[in-house]
Order: sequence, then structure tokens, then C-alpha cells
Amino acid sequence: MTAETMDTPAVAVPTATPPHPLREFWSYFSANKGAVAGLVVIVTVVLVALLADVLAPHSPYITDTTIALKPPFWQEGGSLAYPLGTDAIGRDILSRLIYGARLSLLIGIVVVAISIVLGTVLGLVAGFVRGVTEILIMRLMDIILTLPSLLLAIVIVAVLGPGLMNSMIAVALVILPHYVRLARAAVITETSKDYVMAARVSGAGTLRLMFKEVLPNCTAPLIVQASLGISTAILDAAALGFLGLGAQPPSPEWGTMLADAREFVLRAWWVVTFPGLAILITVLAFNLLGDGLRDALDPKLKRS
Amino acid sequence: MLRFILTRVSLVIPTFIGITMLAFFLIRLVPGDPIETLAGERGIDPARHEQLRKEFGFDKPIFVQYGIYVARVLQGDLGKSLITQESVLTEFNALFPATVELALCAIIFALVLGLPAGMIAAIRRNSIFDHGVMGISLTGYSMPIFWWGLILILLFSVQLGWTPVSGRIDVLYYIEPVTGFLLIDSWLSGEEGAFKSAVEHLILPTIVLGTVPLAVIARMTRSAMLEVLGEDYIRTAKAKGLPWFRVVTLHALRNALIPVVTVIGLQVGVLFTGAILTETIFSWPGIGKWMIDAIFRRDYPVLQGGALLLGIVVMAVNLLVDLAYGLINPRIRHNR
Repeated sequence: MTAETMDTPAVAVPTATPPHPLREFWSYFSANKGAVAGLVVIVTVVLVALLADVLAPHSPYITDTTIALKPPFWQEGGSLAYPLGTDAIGRDILSRLIYGARLSLLIGIVVVAISIVLGTVLGLVAGFVRGVTEILIMRLMDIILTLPSLLLAIVIVAVLGPGLMNSMIAVALVILPHYVRLARAAVITETSKDYVMAARVSGAGTLRLMFKEVLPNCTAPLIVQASLGISTAILDAAALGFLGLGAQPPSPEWGTMLADAREFVLRAWWVVTFPGLAILITVLAFNLLGDGLRDALDPKLKRS
Repeated sequence: MLRFILTRVSLVIPTFIGITMLAFFLIRLVPGDPIETLAGERGIDPARHEQLRKEFGFDKPIFVQYGIYVARVLQGDLGKSLITQESVLTEFNALFPATVELALCAIIFALVLGLPAGMIAAIRRNSIFDHGVMGISLTGYSMPIFWWGLILILLFSVQLGWTPVSGRIDVLYYIEPVTGFLLIDSWLSGEEGAFKSAVEHLILPTIVLGTVPLAVIARMTRSAMLEVLGEDYIRTAKAKGLPWFRVVTLHALRNALIPVVTVIGLQVGVLFTGAILTETIFSWPGIGKWMIDAIFRRDYPVLQGGALLLGIVVMAVNLLVDLAYGLINPRIRHNR
């Protein structure tokens, strides 16, 4: 810290101090209305997930066949006690959606965390070590990219056995190549710069170079990819749940709820409509956020 | 050009080896002994167990087993389905046309709507139309298509009664497969109403499967078009007094199409992924439904063979797109 402030000559002090990086970021980000809307939705979903115990009017698991397939409150036969209606075995749909928000966010965060950590390490290794190691890593990533993503995830889950944990592992593996490629590309451009050379000359080891010098300078693209990755993760995990390979019933995961609801499509539109709407809105919000982050963080697009 | 083709083709070999390794070793991860799985709950006596181990080659070192597997695959032997005892390749060949038919219709749907929408959005940049197209395409891109399919069924099949709920054609018709494409076969059969029935069954699955590619193509066309419209030669063409329509369609679109072609190639994987979900929703008898069924029946040879074959198809299409790309864009060809 001191090294940066110590030898700044007094003459070079700029007359107007540049805006704080965070403030500058926010001024770009907030100009994008869609991104702000996405952020608002995400904050809402996070709050709903955190406060699920308080917000949900009923338990997501308790069944009561006497009130099965009750329509939403504005329809004939519906009541405000079950605002979005009930499913085929009398569980409150709103409460299940609220608890489902927890699962979806958990899936998104866990999947992206796994693939960002693993992907960054593999990418850094590939970018630093080069040679055979790099070829092996990158070829493997190319192969994963060649296969249709959900197909690969399905095969992995089919082999490991259905379930929430296995489906998260599968989706994390499938989106891994994006992070590896990003990290490697960033490392290769960064290592040719002077500051890396300077660090190397002053005796920094490879590990220090990797994690303390180069990694902080590659975070922008990784953050953007992480936001987009969460939307992919939620969507793919929901698809696996829908196919019966993800979270298993009675879990209130949104995709799994849709799988249960499929046979009632002819009789009860609300069982089918709301879980999917929840998925769509959440995924859309993360995509909007990702687009906004990219515009705000990508220096190439900045109108400087 | 020859050198370009040879480099690209040679790059396929490691990918092929990788896909076969993935298919081979993933199945090894299935918990439990494969022979006991085969025998089911009845169990199996040890002598027979040993004999079967030899028969399947499980007693050999793992890399020898992999070698044998690849040799078989290269001869087109992908094993037999545990359920039907039919060869995996035969079943694949019988069902693949149904998936291709659906995928082709979906991509045509996406192109017919996506190209003009992206073009007009680029020309009328920042207009209401532009914002509308961008908003809709981001929504389409975020769409859980398994839900989208159910909603369309709810709306068009249940409420309005316009389209059938599932299948490829009404059960009234038996169409002799000639090409495997039901649209063509039902047309050829000359049976009254058969073609109409096939078309009706195809509409909703096409929309569902085409939604994501449509969104991607519209976005890509718009940004490619915007880039091209800012170039000098477009200004020159305008300055020469050429009609605006001609400049856009002939001069600009041609160059804007180059990135769009690549994107279309990349959509093949998306289409197969989407086909798995679409076929499940609409009970469409194609590869996707076949593989999902195989998972629940624990029919591992089908799963392994199906994944391998789909991987090879995607790989082949990517190669063709790469080559086509080199053909239409000399910059790519000479850069390497």
C-alpha cells in the first residue's frame, strides 16, 4: 500500500480527483435501465429466499387432499388463503415457490462457485505452465464444449444417479470450459505486461504471480461470466428437475414442480404456469444483470 | 484452401478420441457391477458371472477394453439395447430423421423470423421496434423451453383446440417410411389429410424448439448489421445514390451474414439439447425421447451409443460450418 503513495511527486497531483472506481462503475451501470431492473428483481428474489420462513403462508410440504387443485384467488372457487392456488395434493403453490427461490439461488451460487474456482485454477495453470499441460486441459475443455451442454449434463446425472447434488455437479462441469478459456486468455495477455515482469524480477514465485498479481486483473470478465453462468445454471438445473433427474419430489424446486404439474396441464393451468414464470423471471433478471455488468466493466466499450 | 481443410479435418481426430473416451469411461462410473445390473434382482451364479465377464471383456486391462470399444465403434457396432435387444445403431437410424425434421423446421422458423427482425431493428436503431425485438429476444433467450411448450399446449391445444397435444401424426394414419421425414412421406403417401395432420403436429414443437435459436439469431443479426452499416463502403454506396433498400439487402446483409452463419452452426448443439426437452413434452418419437427413456430403463448401451452418435453429429456439423466459413470468408482462410 505504502509503495503506491510514497513517491507520487507533488506536481503531478491532478486538479480534479478521478471518481472512485465503484462510483464510476455505478454511473455506467445505472445508465442501463434493464440491468437495474434485473438487479431489483434479483435483490427481491434474494430477500424472498432469506425470509421464506416469514413470508410463506403455509408449509411447502404439508399436503391436504381436501383442498387439492384450488384455483388462484381471483378465479371462481379460489380463496386468499391460497393466493396462487394449490397443487394436486393440496400444497400451497405460493409457499412452494417461495421456498423454491432458496433452492434456485442455492443451485445458481453453488454451481457457479464450483466452476469458477475450478475453472480459474485450470485456466491459470494452462496459461502459466503452457506446453503439454495446457494442450491437455484445453483439448478436454473443447470436447466438453463440442457436446450439447444439457445432453452432457443428462448423461453425467444418469451415470451418477438423479438428485440435486449430482445435477449441480453435472451443470458445473458443463459450464466449466467458459471459465477456463476466459482465465487462460486473460493470463496470456496479462503475463506479457510490464508489471508481471517487474513482479517476477523482484522475486515473486509462480503461485504469487498467478493469484496475487495476475488474477485480480482478470476478474472483470469472470464476474460477467459468473452472472450469466448463474442464469444458465438455474435454467439447466430446472430442466434436469423437469426431466426427473434433478431435485427429487417433494422438493419445491421449480423445475421439479413443473414435472409434477405436467399431467394436470389439461385441468389446472395455475399448477403449470407459476413455477415456469418464476424460472423465466429469475433467469431473465440474471441475464439483464450480466449484460449490464459487461457494458459497465468492459473497458473496450467504455466511452472514455 | 487445401491446407485449411486438412488442418481443420485433422483437428477432429483428438475430439473424436475425447468423445469416445468420455462415452467409454462415463459408463464405467455407474455404481455397481455391470453384470449384476444386467442380471437384475434375481442375482447370478458365480460361474456364469465369470463366463460373462470374459465374454464382455471385463477381465482385460481397462485400456485394452477401451481399444476394443473404439475398434467396434469404428465398425459401426455400438452394442445392443438391453431392453429391445435391437442394435443401438439401427434404433438410432430409425429415430434420427424425426429429430432432424423437427430441428430443421425449428431452424427455418428461427431464420425466417430472426433475420428480418434483426435487420429492421438495426436499421431503426433505438426505435420502439428495436427495443421490442431486443426485449423479446432476451426473454426468448432466458426461456425455460420445457415450460414454454406446456404453456403453448395450454393455450393452443387446450383452450383454442387448434393443434394436437402430442405425437407426430394422427393415429388414424399409417405412413410407410420412405425418407423418414414425415412431412415428405405423408405427402408422398397421397393419403387424404395425412399431410395436414403431420403439419399440425409439427407447429408447436417447431415454435418451442425454435425459440432460443430465434432469439440468438435476431440479436446476432442486429449487432452484425449495425457493425456493417457503419462501414465506409456503405456510405459510398449511399453516396452513389443507390436505393436504400438495395444497399441494405445486397451490400450490407451479405457481410452481416458471415457471423450469423457461425451462430447458426453453433445452434446445432442447442437444437439437440432443446430436442431432448421438446420431444419429452410432445411425445415426439425422436432421439431425445429415446435417450430419456433409456435413462429410466437403465439401458446404458443406448445412453452411451446415443450420446456418442449425437456428439459425432454435432462435431461433423461444426466441421462443415468451419469449412463453409472459410469458403465464404477469405480472411479466415488466409489468416491461418
